[in-house]
Formats: sequence, C-alpha cells, structure tokens
Amino acid sequence: MTAVLAVDGLHVGFRSGNETIDAVRNVSLSVAAAECVGIVGESGSGKTVMFLAAMGLLPKHAHTDGRIRFEGIDILGRTSRELNQVRGSRLAMIFQDPMTSLTPHLTIGTQLAEVLVCHARLPWRDARLAALDMLERVRLPQPARRLKQYPHELSGGMRQRVLIAMSLLCKPSLLIADEPTTALDVTVQAEIILLLRTLRAELKLATILISHDLGVVAGLADRIAVMYAGRIVESATTAGLLRGALHPYTAALLDCVPHLKGPRWDRMPFIPGSAPSASSREPGCAFAPRCAAVRERCRSERPLLGALGAGGPTERQVACHFPLAT
Amino acid sequence: MNAGRRLSANPAALGALVVLGALVLLAVFGPLASPNDIETLDWNHVATPPGLAAGHWFGTDRLGRDLFARALEGTRTSLAVGLLASLISVSVGVGFGALAGYSGGRTDQLMMRLIEVLSGLPLIFFVIFLTVIFGHNRYLLFLAIGAVGWLTMARIVRGQTLSIRRREYIEAAVASGATTARILVKHVAPNLLGPVVVYATLTVPQIILFESFLSFLGLGIQEPHASLGTLIAEGAAEMDAASWILWVPGTILAALLLSLHILGDGLRDVLDVRERESS
Amino acid sequence: MSDALLEVRKLEVRFGGFTALEDVTFHLQPGESVGLVGESGSGKSTLARAILRLIPPASGELVWSGDNMLAWPARELRRRRRDMQIIFQDPHASLNPRLSVGDTIAEPLKIFSGELSASERQARVSEMLERVGLSAAMAERYPHELSGGQCQRIGIARAMILRPRLLICDEPVSSLDASIQGQIVNLLADLQREWGTAVLFISHNLALVRHLCQRVLVIYRGRLIEIASRDALFAAPRHPYTHALLAAVPDLTRGFEAPAVWGQDASWGCAYHGRCRHAQGLCLTTVPPLQPVDPHHEVACHRWHEVVYS
Repeated sequence: MTAVLAVDGLHVGFRSGNETIDAVRNVSLSVAAAECVGIVGESGSGKTVMFLAAMGLLPKHAHTDGRIRFEGIDILGRTSRELNQVRGSRLAMIFQDPMTSLTPHLTIGTQLAEVLVCHARLPWRDARLAALDMLERVRLPQPARRLKQYPHELSGGMRQRVLIAMSLLCKPSLLIADEPTTALDVTVQAEIILLLRTLRAELKLATILISHDLGVVAGLADRIAVMYAGRIVESATTAGLLRGALHPYTAALLDCVPHLKGPRWDRMPFIPGSAPSASSREPGCAFAPRCAAVRERCRSERPLLGALGAGGPTERQVACHFPLAT
Repeated sequence: MNAGRRLSANPAALGALVVLGALVLLAVFGPLASPNDIETLDWNHVATPPGLAAGHWFGTDRLGRDLFARALEGTRTSLAVGLLASLISVSVGVGFGALAGYSGGRTDQLMMRLIEVLSGLPLIFFVIFLTVIFGHNRYLLFLAIGAVGWLTMARIVRGQTLSIRRREYIEAAVASGATTARILVKHVAPNLLGPVVVYATLTVPQIILFESFLSFLGLGIQEPHASLGTLIAEGAAEMDAASWILWVPGTILAALLLSLHILGDGLRDVLDVRERESS
Repeated sequence: MSDALLEVRKLEVRFGGFTALEDVTFHLQPGESVGLVGESGSGKSTLARAILRLIPPASGELVWSGDNMLAWPARELRRRRRDMQIIFQDPHASLNPRLSVGDTIAEPLKIFSGELSASERQARVSEMLERVGLSAAMAERYPHELSGGQCQRIGIARAMILRPRLLICDEPVSSLDASIQGQIVNLLADLQREWGTAVLFISHNLALVRHLCQRVLVIYRGRLIEIASRDALFAAPRHPYTHALLAAVPDLTRGFEAPAVWGQDASWGCAYHGRCRHAQGLCLTTVPPLQPVDPHHEVACHRWHEVVYS
C-alpha cells in the first residue's frame, strides 16, 4: 500500500552567520490513505519546519537532506511551478491563523471560486456553485450570505471553516493542518475538531495534524508522533499512547496537561529547564538534561528510534535507552 | 550598541562613512594646508585649471579666487546647514510629533491641522519673506530651512508614536504609575530612535540640496561667502571655458549626497532589523 | 463585604456604540485567588483594564478598600497604582525592548521609591530576579535575547517588586508551552502565598483555573453569567454556557462531547439564548440578572432551578 506521504530521513538545516541550525534531524514517517497522523511538539521541536518542508515552502537558504514523497512525487528540490500543480489541489493545507490566511479585500466567494478556476479550470459560475456546496458541507451557517462577505466580517471559527472548505475544493488526497485550532476559543475548537472528524470519514481524507496541544491531536489522530529537538522521540497509536507513554518526555508532557476530572494539584507539574537550541550539537539524548529518569548512558549515547512490536500501523517506536514500562 | 557592529559589516555603508569622514576632515582642516583664502583675487592666475601652480590645487575661478579654499568653504557651509537645520527639524519634529501622537484626540487633531496648514505654505516664499525682513543672514537661512523641515519629521514621529502608544509595554508603564512625561521620555522616545535616525540622515541631503538650490537662485548664501550651490551656479556659467569650476563643487556635492544616502540606507537596515528582533 | 479589597458594582464599559461590559458586579477579598473565565470577545481583558482604570468606565462603581476609585484625581490614582499591578499575555510585548531587564524591573522603584540610591535599587532588583527564579546577572540582558518564559518572569518581577495588594494576570501562560506553564503558575502561587496578594487570574483555560483559583467568575459577552466557588462550579455548573465550556475542554481520557447547539449570539434577551438548548419564553425577551443559587453561588439564567447539568 503506497503511502500518501512518505518522509524518509528528512534533515532540514539553516545557516545563520557562522552557526548552522538543525531544525529537523533525521525524521521519517508515512501517512497512509484515510489515515490521520498527529505530530505533537512544543516550541523548538521542529514541527513547523517539517510542515513547511512537506509543502515545499522552505526558504531558499534552507538545506535539506532525505526525501519527501507525496503520492510518489518528490517534493524537495522542486521548483515552485512544479509544486503549484499539486499544492492547493491534491495536497491541501490549513494554517494557524485564519485571519491572515485569507485575503482581506476579496470576498469569500471570490477566494473560494478562484481555487477551482485555477486548478480545475472551471468557469466562474460553476466554481461559485461548487463553493456554495462546500460551505454547506463544512456546516457554515447561512452559506449563501457568506459568499458575499469579507473575511473580517466572519468570526475566527467561521473563517477556519472557510479555509477548510477551500482546502477541500479540489478533492485533495492529503490535508496538512498546522495548529488549526490554536487561535480559536475552546468551544469553537471542539466544533472544528468534530468537523474534521466527520469530513475525514466522509471523504476518506489522509490528514496530518500538527499541534502543541495533545488533547486536540488525541481527539483526531489515529497515530501520534511526538517530536523533541528536531527528532521523533515516540510514535504510537493514539490509544496506545494514552494508555501509557514510553518516552519520559511524552509521559511528562501528558502529566502537564491540566485535567478537569481527577484530583486537584497543589503544585502544577512542569518539565524543568527548557528545550535545547536548534544549533546545539551535544552528544547523547537531547532530553537528558531535563529527564527525571536520566542515566549515564543517556548523556553520552544518543538513543535511536527503535520499533517495538511487529511493524505496521500498530507499531510503537521510541527513542530512549530506558523506555518506561507500559 | 551592536548596531555599530552590524553597520560595519555593510561595505557600502562603511565606504560611505569613510567618504563622509574624509569630506568633513577636508572641509575643517583643509584650509590650514592651503596658502590661499576664499577672497583674494590672484590676478596672475585667473581661470587656471587645477594644478600645482601657486597652491591653486583645484584651480581658480574667473576672478582669480582659489577654488580649493572656496570649495572647502562651500562644503563647510553645506555641512553646517545640513547639521544645524537637521538638528532644528529633528528636535522640533520629534517633540511635536510625539506629543501629538501620544495625546491623541482633539490635541492631536489640532496639531495635525497646524502641520497641514504649514505644509501648504510654499517654502520659497517663506524664505524670501524672511530674507526681505531680516536681510541675508547665514544663520537665518539655516533657521528658515530647519523651520520647514520639521513638518515631515513630525508626521513620521506622530505615526510611529501612534503605533507605539498601543503597545503593551506602554500600558505596563501606565499601570506602573509612570507620569506621561516619564512615559514619553523613557518609553516612547527610545523606541522612536530607529525611524528618527534613519529619516534624519535622509533629511540632511535633502536640506543640503535645498540650500544649494536656493543659493543657486541667489536667495541663499551671498558673496563673498560660498556654498556648493553658488559655486555650481558660477560653474554652470563657465562650463565651456573653465569646466573645473563646475565639476569641482559638483563632484563634492554629489559625493556628499551619495554618501549620506547610502549611510542612511545602511542605518535603516541595521536599525530596522533590531526593531524586528525586539518586537 | 465591607472588608473587601475590591468591589465592582454595575460596571459598564462602552467603546463607541459597542457595549464591552455591562452590569458587572463582584468583589475580591484580600489574599484571595479568583479566576475570570471567558472566551475571546467576552470582555475579560476589558474588565482587567477597567479595574485598573486603564480604560474609563461609562458607569458603575469601583471601590478599593472602601475608597471610591473613580473619584481619585490623576495624581492620587498614580500613587495608588503601586498596590494594583498587572501581567500580560504576551511576555515579549509587555517589556520595553530598549530597556534592559534590570531597568525594567527597577521602573516601579524609580517611580515610587525615589529615595533609594542606585546601589540599593540594584540590590532590590537582584533580589527580585532571584525570587522569580532567574539569576541576578540577567539584569544586563535585553528582552529580545530571552525566551517567553523568562520574559514572563521579568514581568512578574516588575509587577511584584512593590508587593502590590492585587495582581491581575491576563492570560499569563497562554502563549507558553504546556511543559513550562507550571513553572510560571507555581511561581505566582508562591508569591501570592508569601505576600498575601490577591490574584485575579484571567484565562480561557478552565482546567488551569481549576487548579489555581478558589473562586471562579464566568463572563460571556460582557456580562458575568456565573460566580461560584471552584468546587461548586466544576462539580455542578448552573449556566448552560459554563457547562458547554466544560464539555468542550479536550480530555485525554474521553473523546469530545457534542458541543452546544449551533446558533448565533442574540442581541436581545439573554445573549446566550441563540445557542442554548433550554431557551424558552423569558429567555428571548429579558436579560437574566445574577441570582443566588447558594450563598456563594450566583448564576444569570432564568431557568437555573429547572435544568440540571451532569
């Protein structure tokens, strides 16, 4: 079964003055059709750079190694022109801030129809009808009215629905969403997540969901990859991960999420210290300075991402010398 | 400030700084080296081209006056006008603009109307008017130019202040109990530095050019003093016969303006990056 | 109620034709930790600023330890500011980029303790830096060199250096990673305990408020719709919006529940009726006032006694 997106040994670095910043270090993952993979990481984890790489949006001075293949086509090293044929149509994306992703001086209808006119070469009238249909699909209230409105007249949640609609117009096989609900209120966030869930089922859409919020990712993803300092440190099915994390970072992260049920904290848990800078080249595990279970070997030898289990979609991977017992 | 360090990494800006420095040194100390002054008429060397004859290194004009001395005097005048008039523009402009931008509301509106009215006045007439009333005084000229130059600076500063005023650290300063004066001085003004410095360095060449223009028309510097503008006016008349009388002051003026512009651009690149980093 | 640190009565704030806050009434006791929960546009940040008189209220009363705050002339207001401070959501934006860390923290000292010498000030600044978990050497650095968490600590140092009686925290950890939020929250709790500062903690993150605050105020479209002690609110919310908020929080142990009924905000009657599945008759015509459920629990809902939320 060919993966819709296959990332192999991806490495992304930037040179700034005398330093080299390695934002993504040797990351491999794949997304199968109709599967939703969640990438969880905090600031400095490299998740955003990975996102940009997957869409061919890295700045010119970035250098990359490894391969990214979308439906068999190589993404890295392609010109904008070549990529534009798949970007926006079969490879769709939604960004964090709905306001800045929409052109302020064009109506919603125009922006939506434009996608179809450019990619599917539809005449404007047909494109607008298709746009209306898609707005209904994403459960935007009063869709006909919205077509004539401007982005600033819509709320954040509505704008995000419009962006989702825009991304689905050309029937993509893969949707990449970078923090799609971070800028939204929690009630709106819940609605958007449910919408994405529904659409995934209806359209059999492969999705990559990138977020710092484990709760959001857990609500949507089949599999989760946790990134730290540019590498994947743990990868598992959502159910498996929530049952018990194997990597100390993942476990600590899970502990830090404030919960509504269960006993109240006297002191809020946190992970001491902060993530290493992307230019550091310390030997050993990047998480060692902050790890509660650190041992000598961790500081000198970097653990590789190893698989536990038979392989396939239920495979668990963890990069730790002493993974926590399940 | 590491801005200085960053600036030195820009070869064009560095070059401009060197040229500017050289011109200033020449203008200030040059006459000490020259045996001639700006007024003496040397009948033996009328309209001689540049050379080593009797110390007339840049040649003489058609009255036999040493062009080296006169060109440097002209440079001094231009630099002085650039500096003094800019200083006036900047201080008045920043004060006025910051106050307008920070006060907002009616005060701001009133102050802006004033600027608009003043902007509408033709500058030339204003200068002529002052000259008629007070006579041809060099310093009055500087004052007149500076008095008009502040308008654009005020507008720029007001715009910047309006955006700074809304920043959270200003709110924090108010919440800390700071008086308006303190906020303007400690919190608003330092953050205006970037655009003000950049605009100031770009105003200087404008002012110099304007003064040259006025002098070219005969409204500015009067005989026997020279400014690059008067020299160029003379030189234009003698273009066929004694071209050096034109291209000596012309080259100096061009070099001055060019290096100021390049320096201004360099400063903007350096200061803007800092702004971006710190915002 | 007469020993309350702060009393807000029927506070109203308007921006042009838009009413940002209406009929806001609550009190704050000395040393108390109160959460203010609401979503974007609810008016929570506006309320914070109105309390500090950073924006002028259109009507209502603000009473500080029995004193009418709105009657203070500018000079008196400035003087009193030392007792009420605020920390902001965006740690970098709240620090003047041109001032060093040390100068930023020293600002309140320069304003209120002018009698201190430079070295005394420096000593106080160093002491404060260490108190918030940073090294004294950090006084020489500039905000753009530091991380979000470090900048937030500096904001806290600046706010707390004069031991204010009230600290308003406007979403102080929302822009920080989950793994370091705890560092800041614990620091706030420690300082509060040590110096008896009352804290008004504004957040859209209900789960966070649950661990931090003794009482909770829920604000919706400029009105307080529920006020309760923490335990009462989380165990038995009485307002449909509070219930929707709680249901919408992603919980790792269960999936998402269906969010509240779709709809639009209404501009007549109860502002929430367009989204409320229990809306009836009176809800469409009359704005519900805050009514007591218990001595320490108020809710602004016409049907609170009829509907129960699990």
